[in-house]
Amino acid sequence: MFEQGTFLYELWVSRWALLQGVGATVLISLLAILLGTILGVFVGLVLVYGRWASRFVVRMYVDFVRGTPVFVLVLASYYLLTQIGIQLTAFQAGLVALVVFCSTHVGENLRGALQSLPRGQTEAAKAIGLTFPQLFVYVLAPQALRQALPAWINTATEMVKASTLLSVISVAELMLATKQIVARNFMTLEFYLLAGLIYFLINYAIERAAKAAERRVALPS
Amino acid sequence: MGYHLNFGVVWRNFDLLLSGLALGLGLAVVAIFIGCWIGLAAAFAMNSKHATWRRIASGYVTVFRNLPPYFLIVFAYFVLPRLGLTFGKIETFIVTLAIYGGAYLTEVFRGALLALPRGLREAGLAIGLTEWQTKAWLIIPVMLRNAFPSLGNNFISLFKDTSLAAAIAVPELTFYARKINTETFRVIEIWLVASLMYVAACYLIAAGLRFFERRLAIPR
Repeated sequence: MFEQGTFLYELWVSRWALLQGVGATVLISLLAILLGTILGVFVGLVLVYGRWASRFVVRMYVDFVRGTPVFVLVLASYYLLTQIGIQLTAFQAGLVALVVFCSTHVGENLRGALQSLPRGQTEAAKAIGLTFPQLFVYVLAPQALRQALPAWINTATEMVKASTLLSVISVAELMLATKQIVARNFMTLEFYLLAGLIYFLINYAIERAAKAAERRVALPS
Repeated sequence: MGYHLNFGVVWRNFDLLLSGLALGLGLAVVAIFIGCWIGLAAAFAMNSKHATWRRIASGYVTVFRNLPPYFLIVFAYFVLPRLGLTFGKIETFIVTLAIYGGAYLTEVFRGALLALPRGLREAGLAIGLTEWQTKAWLIIPVMLRNAFPSLGNNFISLFKDTSLAAAIAVPELTFYARKINTETFRVIEIWLVASLMYVAACYLIAAGLRFFERRLAIPR
């Protein structure tokens, strides 16, 4: 079963390269969603509560990023940041692109959730004398998070999908690892199918988590 | 730093960039056209009486929604030829994008079909149309009008995904941007202009879609 030249043998030989690839894909996606969420919450809050000047700037940022394909963001970040004197590794440059991409998704999602809350909630909170921070923390945020949660989990799928693009700028995540393994053993079909299976399993798990969250947070009707 | 902006190179190659943008739009239009047929078939299959059809359709949606589009394109372009299936770059890309987009369109159409009143089909059958005539002349037109806004959003995201065609050397906008980038090193200018072109195209498509959305909306 483990003779040289069989798939299982080649799989065993390249196990560390594959595991590193999967690890890099997961790490990139996790970091992108974590940092992107921090930035995205800021983006969403400015879009809803900012003064018009800051709102205008952030709106431009969101529309610009959302109108640009992720692939262009990744390439631009890779070539451009070095040019303006920011020395980053390919990994970091790709991560910057994904964080920016993620922040606009999270920001828009949060904006939608906050603005969908009925005005009466704010009015009632003001009527009982809550200050704005209290209003936000005790009244608006819990309800908005409930609404935003399923879409937020789905953003993780987008990040996993977008992480494949980092292979183009020589980050050894799962796609590039597969490409390198295949270049050595020529088992193109087998190893790409394996990569596809891994991507599917990661994203399927995220999708199930989002569906479960959706059921969990649904208001009883 | 010592970097001085100079858009000269970009303007001299602007016709290339424009042709790339036009090709990207063309790819997206053909892909969504094919994807709509796939999506329609799969959406009807999902509402079918037969469990086998439902299972095939939902399997298709689950698998293709959860695979990265870049993976699909690399797979179609570098792996399928090793099985003896060789197609041109552009054909491969369009079909791959159509199958990927079709999975999302299936969900759109399925939702729109479920939202239709039952009376519609019953009315069609009552005036003597066959099951297929009812689908073609009543159900699909009404459903498409309802699905139009989501269809438009999917078109915009498929258009953005055409940038992936650069990875298999289809000469669209991202491909030319990369080419000019490596040839001239006018890094900031070229990426700024290329992304502005994408943004402008997306904006114009969205504005056009909103116009048609108002025209097509079912008056209430």
